[in-house]
Amino acid sequence: MKADVVLAGVGGQGVLTVARLLAEAAAADGFHVVQGELHGMSQRGGAVQAHLRISDQPIESPQVPRGRAHLLVGLEPVETLRNIAWLAPGGRIVTAIRPVENVPDYPPIEQVLAALRRFPEAILIDAHELAVAAGSARAENLVIAGAAFSLLPLTRGKLRGIVRRRGERWTEAEREAAIQALAAGRAAIGGAAAVHD
Amino acid sequence: MTTTTHETAAPAAELMLGDDAVAFAALHAGIHNAYAYPGTPSTEIFARVIRETKDGGEVVAHWCANEKSAYEGAIGASLAGRRALVTMKHVGLNVAMDPFVNSALLGLGGGLVVAVADDPGMHSSQNEQDSRCLAEFARVPCLEPATPQEAYDMTREAFALSERCQVPVVLRLVTRLCHERARVRVRPAEPPKPLHKAGPRQDWVLLPANARRLFDGLLAEQPELRAASERSPYNRRTGGAGRRGVLTTGIGRRYLGEVLPEMREPPPHLHIATYPLPEALVRAFAADLDEVLVLEDGYPFVERSLRGLLPEACRVLGRESGALPASGELNVVNVRAALGLPALPLHEAAGLQLPARPPRLCDGCVHRDSYAAMLQVMQDTGIGAVTGDIGCYTLGALPPYQAIDSCVCMGASIGMAKGASDAGLRPAIAVIGDSTFLHSGIPPLVDAIAHDTDMTVLILDNETTAMTGGQPTELPDSRLLPVVLGLGADPAHVHVFQAHPRKVPELAALIRKEVAHPGLSLIVVRRECVQTASARRKHEG
Ligand code: SF4
Repeated sequence: MKADVVLAGVGGQGVLTVARLLAEAAAADGFHVVQGELHGMSQRGGAVQAHLRISDQPIESPQVPRGRAHLLVGLEPVETLRNIAWLAPGGRIVTAIRPVENVPDYPPIEQVLAALRRFPEAILIDAHELAVAAGSARAENLVIAGAAFSLLPLTRGKLRGIVRRRGERWTEAEREAAIQALAAGRAAIGGAAAVHD
Repeated sequence: MTTTTHETAAPAAELMLGDDAVAFAALHAGIHNAYAYPGTPSTEIFARVIRETKDGGEVVAHWCANEKSAYEGAIGASLAGRRALVTMKHVGLNVAMDPFVNSALLGLGGGLVVAVADDPGMHSSQNEQDSRCLAEFARVPCLEPATPQEAYDMTREAFALSERCQVPVVLRLVTRLCHERARVRVRPAEPPKPLHKAGPRQDWVLLPANARRLFDGLLAEQPELRAASERSPYNRRTGGAGRRGVLTTGIGRRYLGEVLPEMREPPPHLHIATYPLPEALVRAFAADLDEVLVLEDGYPFVERSLRGLLPEACRVLGRESGALPASGELNVVNVRAALGLPALPLHEAAGLQLPARPPRLCDGCVHRDSYAAMLQVMQDTGIGAVTGDIGCYTLGALPPYQAIDSCVCMGASIGMAKGASDAGLRPAIAVIGDSTFLHSGIPPLVDAIAHDTDMTVLILDNETTAMTGGQPTELPDSRLLPVVLGLGADPAHVHVFQAHPRKVPELAALIRKEVAHPGLSLIVVRRECVQTASARRKHEG
């Protein structure tokens, strides 16, 4: 089994958190895991990318090679498109659709979404709306985490446990919203099959 | 087949960053002292050391004002017989260069390991210099791990090597390794070394007579350092037969490993992880080869050494020969091409121009006020020179502000403003952060004060080292003013301005007034970084 995932978004959206959650869930399942990210600039609002490689064999390259990702996970539609070269032929896209328009020349959102829909394997999710419905607008990244998780060959329920543990200092309501957000993400995937070799 | 060390990890082993692995290894090696100045991608090493030692215990771990001070602290620890870790990013080693090079001559007591994080591809740096060159320059060993597990193992090893050969040891890391999370298996900790002053004194006092003797000693030590490198189990000969070999260093090995299954037969492969270069090993490897392709991140360091080492008949390919790009990181795409494998088909975002999304100043950032005010002033005064420095405020070079003319290295803003003003380019304004000022801004300010240079220094005081994640600055901000005044700046032209978005016109008026003053003036513009403030509020709950 081998699953290569590239995650993208805008600084402050929680891309690295999603990458870490999925990495921990995979590690808890006993897989070899390599997760890489570029961070360091504290300022919010720049493009962010993370890599996650899961395998039952030892993993070589610390990054997913371009053209090899089974799954491209986006928290922002333009950032998803920016990383499209990482996606393998037939690979799947899971992306949130709400734009972060903090740049002057942001293209019309309909064009961005249309470009994404051109990929037959793309799943577009209104993660913001689902997060609000789950009880916290800030849980948009957890909706996407829940969706991405259900496309990986990992044990159901693992992610929930990890989020619970991480959220030890949260209020009961925050924890509940987080769990709901994960579930909403999972539901948004429908019956799509897991992606991996 | 190349191997990774992941397979040796117990399933229960913890996922940790390469940076974390270095920190744990140093702690398990029994360090007593640890010093650092933050710098991406090395910062997390020290953040981990601090986190693991904050609840008491023997280890003294301090952020320092700059890398030179940090390195000197480590030498002092070695004099006391203690093991010491010092961490920095690659350009930080330039700042620490003086003590670093000279420490190679000393009769070190406790092991001294300097973990240096290079940033090939310049993800968050001003250059992509290769620390292996600086280790060679100082004639000290350098170890180059390829995985977080090796980062752990080789850090432990580095302390022993440093003590055995009485030289500092460089641990060369790169961004991808620093920020890679993987399982790492740790080993039982060693007890710390007792306090035991190293001697004799002649081995520590670099007067010319001693230095000549000690330098000869360092040269005489080189064969032993090379022999240690020849013996190292991290240098491995693998792969098949054939006449076209591949030599890898660092994570180059892993890119080769990634594409190996696609090659018809595995090429002869030598992995090098230790320097000085194990020349005998390399010669033996290349004996039957017509060609060696070198996969190394950073400069063509090994590639160049091979050119003098191997017979002319053996072609050496790499970043210098043009087989790989001369700059930027190695990756699977350029390694595939260098090995002659076909490119993979890549998707494109057809028909859509994607906007660039560089990092930007946070909403509510104090620097926004400073730049807004400066732009107002410069509308009247003309631009002159606005010299910038290293920090979040460097983003003031980008739209919408485009307010600074330069960013060169830590502290350069003040010296450059002086030079520009001396040359007649006025108004000359230096823009520098509080942490950068303490790091390298004080000596050039001494010069500007000594000559009462016609220039204005803006110290942008966000009360933290923001860009690297909000480390505390070395002095509380209340001390900035006494420092500046103590250096002899004219109190009539030194101000502290508590910034607020509504007070931009007031700040502009103050800058205008001081720019008009024909001598040195200095304004501290103060408001806490919004990220640190919110982290603090969360922490205080
Ligand atoms: S991290 Fe702090 S100093 Fe840096 S841009 Fe954001 S608010 Fe400003």
